[in-house]
Amino acid sequence: MFLANAKVDSVTQIGTNVFLLKLQSDKIAANAKPGQFVNIKVSNSNFPLLRRPFSICNVEGDYFTIMFTSVGEGTLVLQKKQKGEFVDVMGSAGNGFSLDGNYEKAIIVAGGIGAAPFPFLIKELEKIGKEIICFSGGRTKNDCITYEMKNVSTATDDGSFGFRGTVVELLSSQIDRYKNERIKIFGCGPNAMLKSLQQFCFTRNIEAEISTESSMACGFGICQGCPVQSATDKNKFLLVCKDGPVFNVKDIELP
Amino acid sequence: MSAVDLSVSVGPLKLRNPILLASGTVGYGNEISEFIDLNKIGGIVTKSLSLKPRKGNTPQRVIETPSGMLNAIGLANIGVEEFLKTKIPFLKKFDTKIICNIAASSVEEYVECTKLLTDEDTISAFEINVSCPNVKEGGLEFGNDKKAVAKITEEVKKVSTKPIFIKLSPNVSRISEFALAAKEAGADAVSAINTLVGTAFDIMTRKPKIKNITGGLSGPAIKPVALAKVLEIRRNVDIPIIGIGGIFSWQDAVEFMIAGASAFQLGTVNFVHPNISETMINDLILYCEKMKIASLKNLTGSFIL
Repeated sequence: MFLANAKVDSVTQIGTNVFLLKLQSDKIAANAKPGQFVNIKVSNSNFPLLRRPFSICNVEGDYFTIMFTSVGEGTLVLQKKQKGEFVDVMGSAGNGFSLDGNYEKAIIVAGGIGAAPFPFLIKELEKIGKEIICFSGGRTKNDCITYEMKNVSTATDDGSFGFRGTVVELLSSQIDRYKNERIKIFGCGPNAMLKSLQQFCFTRNIEAEISTESSMACGFGICQGCPVQSATDKNKFLLVCKDGPVFNVKDIELP
Repeated sequence: MSAVDLSVSVGPLKLRNPILLASGTVGYGNEISEFIDLNKIGGIVTKSLSLKPRKGNTPQRVIETPSGMLNAIGLANIGVEEFLKTKIPFLKKFDTKIICNIAASSVEEYVECTKLLTDEDTISAFEINVSCPNVKEGGLEFGNDKKAVAKITEEVKKVSTKPIFIKLSPNVSRISEFALAAKEAGADAVSAINTLVGTAFDIMTRKPKIKNITGGLSGPAIKPVALAKVLEIRRNVDIPIIGIGGIFSWQDAVEFMIAGASAFQLGTVNFVHPNISETMINDLILYCEKMKIASLKNLTGSFIL
């Protein structure tokens, strides 16, 4: 893990409230793995005070990108960054997705801004010859992100974009198509969606990894602020920042 | 090589410089050592240890507030036995002072923990946490009771020859009375301050943002309070003070020394700038050179009122 002064290359709006921030840091780009995150100090002042964690969306040469929706104080500051400015970044942090496993088809399941880590993951999965199927969901069309996804089907709560219902309901309606294939699911989204995805995977006994989110103070394991219940040991919390953010679905109990 | 002498003493404990990393913000040293050379700082104070492992509180445990944060971790820790077995071998490798922070639910538990740890050469001193605001038993129950603070200090002193520091709560009206109680019971120094009790609500759900309802406030928001508490102790009790509370820069640290601290601890800042303890060393040297201070320890309590 490194602390780097990353140079802003661009801020691009790719949706109603969805942005990509492209940053230059050779050290972070060279070490990043899909599913890992960076922890960004968005300002030089005490406002906001703590770093903000973001999934690494993609990596190209010395550059890496994060995807975010502008929802709070931190993201509002990031949205206004100008080319050439420097941003204090810690990363790459946490455990990413494991590409290993007995599967030929990778099923990506994203809820809202949970689409963020997948462009990087899809690129790496394609490098090792995996076939990609994507499902992306959101409350409305504006919340449903399909950026750099392949073979994507969409679901929205209001039916404004694709299937009417949740992304897990959509997945459930399609899964029989892949019943004779070896598949692995990669999921990221809000806890309620991940919980439902987890249940789905348990019922059908499908191998899956999920990327979780949590408030954090430090992002590298010292503050103990981001616990998630271990599924195998009731006396133990795992930390989202250090043991995750990606977990095997069997390893955690979501809140 | 600079001619400035950064070394300080906290009672009998000698430090190469006054920079300590606060309990609960450095774990047991391994994660932070990715960012700094532990051999360059004065020392680290471990995450609070209890006799048995503690799982800690249910999340949500942390939330940011203006210029600060609330935490209610609940003293999650691996317990004394596991610490000795798995963390000491790592800490042994460093030439820095290891101060063990102990938190307990009873006087007997404080004593038992100290007994089990005191023979370990790697440990240089103990910081007794009588002021955690986030646990049901012990914690502030002790921190708000002068007799309990005195009793714990006295009993712990009996089982260890190593320096004993008492970490005081700011959630009292006269912190100097607690510092005096600790001194009279034999404490070698006091650490001031622990976090301030605080809370925050989500206005949509009307629920507290912290699952524990209240948490401990830390960060720059509490610095003026912490400085006033250090000053109050300095002016009323003759005991070495380790200053702590919202230090985010070398200038903040200098303020604490002027107010009366012999050494200081960096806490919440480690979450944001995990390398600051090391980068601060040179800033302190430059300050001393500029102010013609030959020995940093001369700064302690040098306020002019």
